[in-house]
Amino acid sequence: MQIYLPIADLPVNIFLVLGMGLAVGFISGMFGIGGGFLMTPLLIFIGISPAVAVASVSSHIAASSFTGAINYWRKRALDIALAMMLLSAGILGTATGVWLFTELRAVDQLDLMIGLSYVTLLTVVGAVMIYESVRAVIRARQGMPATLRRPGSHTWLHGLPFKLRFKRSKIYVSAIPVWAIGFIIGFIGAIMGIGGGFLLVPMLIYFLRVPTTTVIGTSMVLTLVTMASATVMHAATNHLVDGVLALILMVGGVIGAQFGVRTGQKMRGERLRLLLGLLVFAVGLRFAYELVVKPDDLYSLRHVRNE
Amino acid sequence: MRRLALTFLVVLMASSIKPAAAERLVVSLSNHRVPVTSSFTGEDLVLFGTIEPDAGKTALRSAYDLVVTVTGPRHTLRTRRKERVLGIWVNVDSREFVRAPSYLSILSNRPVSDIAHQDVLRRLQIGLDNFLLPQRIGADIADTVRDDPFRVAFVRLETQHGLYRESSTAVTFLTPTVFRAAIPLPADVPTGNYAIDVKLFAGGAMVAGTNSALEVIKAGFEQYVAEAARDYGLFYGFVTALMALVIGWIGSVVFRRD
Repeated sequence: MQIYLPIADLPVNIFLVLGMGLAVGFISGMFGIGGGFLMTPLLIFIGISPAVAVASVSSHIAASSFTGAINYWRKRALDIALAMMLLSAGILGTATGVWLFTELRAVDQLDLMIGLSYVTLLTVVGAVMIYESVRAVIRARQGMPATLRRPGSHTWLHGLPFKLRFKRSKIYVSAIPVWAIGFIIGFIGAIMGIGGGFLLVPMLIYFLRVPTTTVIGTSMVLTLVTMASATVMHAATNHLVDGVLALILMVGGVIGAQFGVRTGQKMRGERLRLLLGLLVFAVGLRFAYELVVKPDDLYSLRHVRNE
Repeated sequence: MRRLALTFLVVLMASSIKPAAAERLVVSLSNHRVPVTSSFTGEDLVLFGTIEPDAGKTALRSAYDLVVTVTGPRHTLRTRRKERVLGIWVNVDSREFVRAPSYLSILSNRPVSDIAHQDVLRRLQIGLDNFLLPQRIGADIADTVRDDPFRVAFVRLETQHGLYRESSTAVTFLTPTVFRAAIPLPADVPTGNYAIDVKLFAGGAMVAGTNSALEVIKAGFEQYVAEAARDYGLFYGFVTALMALVIGWIGSVVFRRD
């Protein structure tokens, strides 16, 4: 069944888009991430312009992270104080990202920028995750504890000023790295149409030593607010958010996520991280391939204005 | 002034071969208003017409050729060219096509190059090769040579999208004086006003012409959403974000397990 998307200005098969929402929702529930890094490329692949895809996916991620955040809220597994600190910088990052997005679109380099950020971010993060989880799997085989967590250890980050205490997460850290992480996630999210969950969770664990009990819930609150504000900002400045597309994706995503969570809970942590790392790395390679291989058509068209 | 000169020229050319041309074209379109709704997947419009002798002055000729040019609302597009820079493919060069039709169909009963001489076709802008597509070159706006790479790429890309086409089989003569033309509108047809220009040829010269028009409009929900997104961006954004929250909340309630 075809449905006409009013902003993307093209008809799509409603079941195809719903299926994509379900599949990405399943993966996002399984790994506790937003899934934007998969959804945006998929939408581009079915013919939606990168700009509309990035802008519309932000609302889809807002929906699925809200579902997740409610669940973690019920289990009291999120740190509101930490989330608020991350957010204060995250909103600023999102605004900067939306501004740069508009500028790049004007000079015809947006597609390149999206492609390049995907390649660097996904291959690097994917490789690190694969490396880390393979080591964990090997350690588990040898009968040692799977993760090498040293809760008491301090890095140079802990020597920075403006220290704050976050009671729920039981950490005492400087506000500077918290703000930096919040800004980076907000910025990347607006440019790439991703929630940044797959980046934020490792950053919170490795840099701020946030315990695993509160990390995913807190990350979801941050994703929710940055993506909801990205939706509003993209709609207000670029007029590119396709509400119909977003609605279909949301419905699929929310349902898929519920089944993903159940599957994810049955798997071992390091195996799950290895799978996610492979997935992230593969998507990164796919983008690299596109940038390096000679395109089928060297020419492309872009709409400037109506007369 | 130009039209007057053109008419004069046509009359002059026609009269040099045969007695004064006296045909009249009567056309009718199957539908003047095409609504784009959520289930729109493209549509074929049909243009019917007859060739009539004007006030019984002359007998009709035996062989006619007909060219129908349909142009959509004008917009400005940029054609970009990629080149390899440091191993990756980057947009390096671009040209702006000013006020180009967003939709362009040239429909005829046989290849336009067989219908009239190249000079006539160029003057009347008949065929994709002869249609004026002005580019912004520095401060000037001018059409380029036909084989300019940007122009060729522009026409090729628009043709691939199904928005530009030249078809030499779309016009059929049912009798020597009654014809029908199929105007294909693709699924992603731009909305706005379309001009239909019909030109009748005989013996390599234009003998009559007429115009018609049609309108493609977004209808119902699509129109509502598109207008809201354009005119009330901030409000639209808030509504979309709110929708995300509601769907997310419903999801957590429906699938609640504890």
